[in-house]
Amino acid sequence: MSQKLRYKNYLLWFAQEHVNFRVAPFWVVQLDSEDDARKIASRSILVRYVIELWAFSTDLSGLNVQLQTQEVELVSTHMSSTFKIIVETFGKHFTQKEKIDKIEITDGQRNLMKELSLKQRKFIGNTSMDPQLSVIMVNQTKAKEGDIILDPFVGTGSVLISAAKFGAYTLGADIDYQTLHARTRPSRITQKVREKDESVAANMKQYGIQDRYLDVIVSDFTKSAWRPCFQIDAIVTDPPYGIRESVEKIGTTKDSVSISEEQADSHIPSKVDYALPHLFKDLLNFAAAHLKMDGRVVFWFPIFRKTFTSEQLPVHPCLELVANSEQVLSSHSSRLLLTYEKTKEVEVRFLISTFFCSFYQLTSTRILNHIFLFFFHIQSQPDDPPCVIGEDNFRELFFNEREEKRKVRRARKCEERARMKREWEKRVMASVSSEDSAS
Amino acid sequence: MKLLTHNMLSSKNVKGVIVGYPLKIEAFDVKVTEVEFNPEFIVKVIPKIDYSVLIRAAEYLGHVGKLPGHVPENVEKNTDFLKEIHHALLEVEVVKGDLICPESGRRFPITDGIPNMLLNEDEV
Repeated sequence: MSQKLRYKNYLLWFAQEHVNFRVAPFWVVQLDSEDDARKIASRSILVRYVIELWAFSTDLSGLNVQLQTQEVELVSTHMSSTFKIIVETFGKHFTQKEKIDKIEITDGQRNLMKELSLKQRKFIGNTSMDPQLSVIMVNQTKAKEGDIILDPFVGTGSVLISAAKFGAYTLGADIDYQTLHARTRPSRITQKVREKDESVAANMKQYGIQDRYLDVIVSDFTKSAWRPCFQIDAIVTDPPYGIRESVEKIGTTKDSVSISEEQADSHIPSKVDYALPHLFKDLLNFAAAHLKMDGRVVFWFPIFRKTFTSEQLPVHPCLELVANSEQVLSSHSSRLLLTYEKTKEVEVRFLISTFFCSFYQLTSTRILNHIFLFFFHIQSQPDDPPCVIGEDNFRELFFNEREEKRKVRRARKCEERARMKREWEKRVMASVSSEDSAS
Repeated sequence: MKLLTHNMLSSKNVKGVIVGYPLKIEAFDVKVTEVEFNPEFIVKVIPKIDYSVLIRAAEYLGHVGKLPGHVPENVEKNTDFLKEIHHALLEVEVVKGDLICPESGRRFPITDGIPNMLLNEDEV
């Protein structure tokens, strides 16, 4: 190996002057060391550059192959240095744009920002996720072609759009019937009523990714409608925090409610508050039960900055926190984009249920069913894995802080107005007295 | 609601219901939309679904086509089968109808293709 690398190739590039004094505009020479190259350069007035030649080819793929054979050495010696790409031509001129096209081997996905812009999107809600952030959220799940991705708090489905863009098949659920059926008030100031065909599915169609849309369902997260052995590749969601969207689940504070059969068809179930810590705890439990091994759950977690400590982050025995990025929302609050990866199967009890679930698929005889029903019954007992969640009063803290600031601001504004009024009166008095003296 | 989704839904959270699977379908409006055929995805999905439930649902909706009673071996190479099951899983949609809990008979309406799995407050 060292024998082979004893000589290095150098490219001598001559100036296009006194052409008869040199062999060719380019000349590839083999030299022992960079010192030798420097020595030659120090005496040549016709040499523009002496360049260490790493690879030489008439096409990009050939260049690539050559570069890869010496990659290790190149990477180790130039790891920490910065670099610049220069496009030079001989006997031809490139415009700046043509040069840039040569440099830019591949683009980022910034164009997605424009393509997925909320301004042009058919169906949006008050809290539709910013396209940039939804792409980031989905990337955090390592979403890939053919994955099944679920957003259990889907809303208008912004996150699903990004997931489908990356080739995932998307499912969503939301407790709000009106939202999924686009019967809420329009979020655009210019729009008086929702159009008839607004929906998550219509958005998918707008972006040409309807093939990656599976379904959305109206469902209460605390009463999951997914069968227990349904396995998902990733869960990505922006749950409500109780600030701009309320956090609710089906329930009632009244004792013994009953809804008659005639009422049942048109009845809108009543909802009760769903405490944030419970929501996150349920989310992690749900993720641990439904994610495939190594699958990820990604979600926003609101924090109150003054009192936040990392101990408040949700913890689950089967999930490992792999990323945590903060988006500052105001002087007192932030939200963290948390990414957890499933590292362990949920305890034996769930395994049994999955096992019987698949076994159940194989048989349809009644007697066996009953035996399994019994096991399911054991499994479906309320179960509380050790799962810790912090901040239980985010909403109170958020509004208290804002309330106080509001009062301060109001007092200041009031004082300002009083001052302006005094000044104005002074000016009026002054002008009146000057008019008096003039007359 | 596509039949893939139907395959993943249950009514186990209704009070007193233990398995709540599979949900019966009653369809008033069924739509067929062409969806891009992605054999890799279908192959990946087959082990996740309950095949017999899919067959029964497809049969009911009249879209069982040439689907056999059991999943054949070496599905990866069986493009005809993959296309058939692709059609049943992703192209057939219940736009209007009901899902019915097999144990309690509770109905979950499907409107504009969206199943409403919400329970009322007296059922939770």
